[in-house]
Amino acid sequence: MNPNINPDHKLIEVEDLVTHYGSRMILKGVSLDVREGEIMVIMGGSGSGKSTLLRHLMALERHTSGTIRILGEDIARLGTRELVELRTNTGVAFQGGALFSSMTVGENIMLPLYEHTDLDRKTMEIMARMKLEVVSLAGFENLMPSELSGGMIKRAAMARAIVMDPKILFCDEPSAGLDPVVSSALDELILRLRDAMRMSVVVVTHELESVFKIADRVTVLDQGKILFIGTLDELRASPSERIQNLLNRRPEDADLDVDAYLTRLTGETVPGAASL
Amino acid sequence: MKHQIKEDNGALVVALEGDVDLKTSPDARKILLDAVTRNLPMVVDLSGVLYIDSSGVASLIEAFQKARKSGHKFVLAAVSESALRVLNLARMDKVFAICPSVAEGLAKVR
Repeated sequence: MNPNINPDHKLIEVEDLVTHYGSRMILKGVSLDVREGEIMVIMGGSGSGKSTLLRHLMALERHTSGTIRILGEDIARLGTRELVELRTNTGVAFQGGALFSSMTVGENIMLPLYEHTDLDRKTMEIMARMKLEVVSLAGFENLMPSELSGGMIKRAAMARAIVMDPKILFCDEPSAGLDPVVSSALDELILRLRDAMRMSVVVVTHELESVFKIADRVTVLDQGKILFIGTLDELRASPSERIQNLLNRRPEDADLDVDAYLTRLTGETVPGAASL
Repeated sequence: MKHQIKEDNGALVVALEGDVDLKTSPDARKILLDAVTRNLPMVVDLSGVLYIDSSGVASLIEAFQKARKSGHKFVLAAVSESALRVLNLARMDKVFAICPSVAEGLAKVR
């Protein structure tokens, strides 16, 4: 086990999480934990529920049942003020960067500091520039996001996510759409951040190369349920055909529910048709 | 966060104690910047600091730059392992003079 991981201190605990979008059940009883200093990668195909799980871990959505404890707090019981406090301890690097196009890179990075602290402007500027150094964007603070490449935007988003030294960092598809060299540099950055700041990192990705480079443990979601949680060695050795298909990039013939499929296509339900 | 300031043979020892984080770093900043205005070589004793975040490091950087402007030496002493990791991340270990103890820090600034 990586020496930066504290197995006795769980920063994220999820028990039997059930979530819906409208009447559609997305997560169907998910349980997992993330330890201090651990990099947990969440994988799964499209529609598996991995992005939904991430949004719930970031306390952006209300769940139907089950429990999510972040830094020991049951997020369903937190009021607005406590949620704001919680967010000062978590950082989020969104998939598209989510930088504000009307602000400079530096202002984007300082934004969480303006929102959550009373620090002097000079302190904020130094903190933002330090984080730009960390993500190899030194001197870019006065540029506008539109002047950055895709990889630079992702790194700037990472700088903003870590500007308050969060205990937990959430990354949504950090290397999606990037060339292999830039993608690999981002993986290195995630490892450095974990090692230096002992933060827990939750990464949603489908980039296998990245998974094998950074993950301490992997959670694989399939149709809203957990198919696998374990180390990389356990993942490789998994006898599950679905896991092996995922690792070998083999497409799956999903089981077809004929009744549900025809209902989707025609908009009509036929009671009792399943037995026909 | 607590602090102590002592003058030792023409050098200033500023000892910070406790966590230096988003809540306490404005105090740390004021203490450090005020100390720099005394125009003496300075050792910042971090032996009592178990945790320092980026806002604390930013305050150290600002004070260091001010000390350099006024031509005085500025040394960090007894930096904990966790604080060193935060400093190293932004390559601050290459920027600051870091001594294992206050005594060695004092010897360096004189």
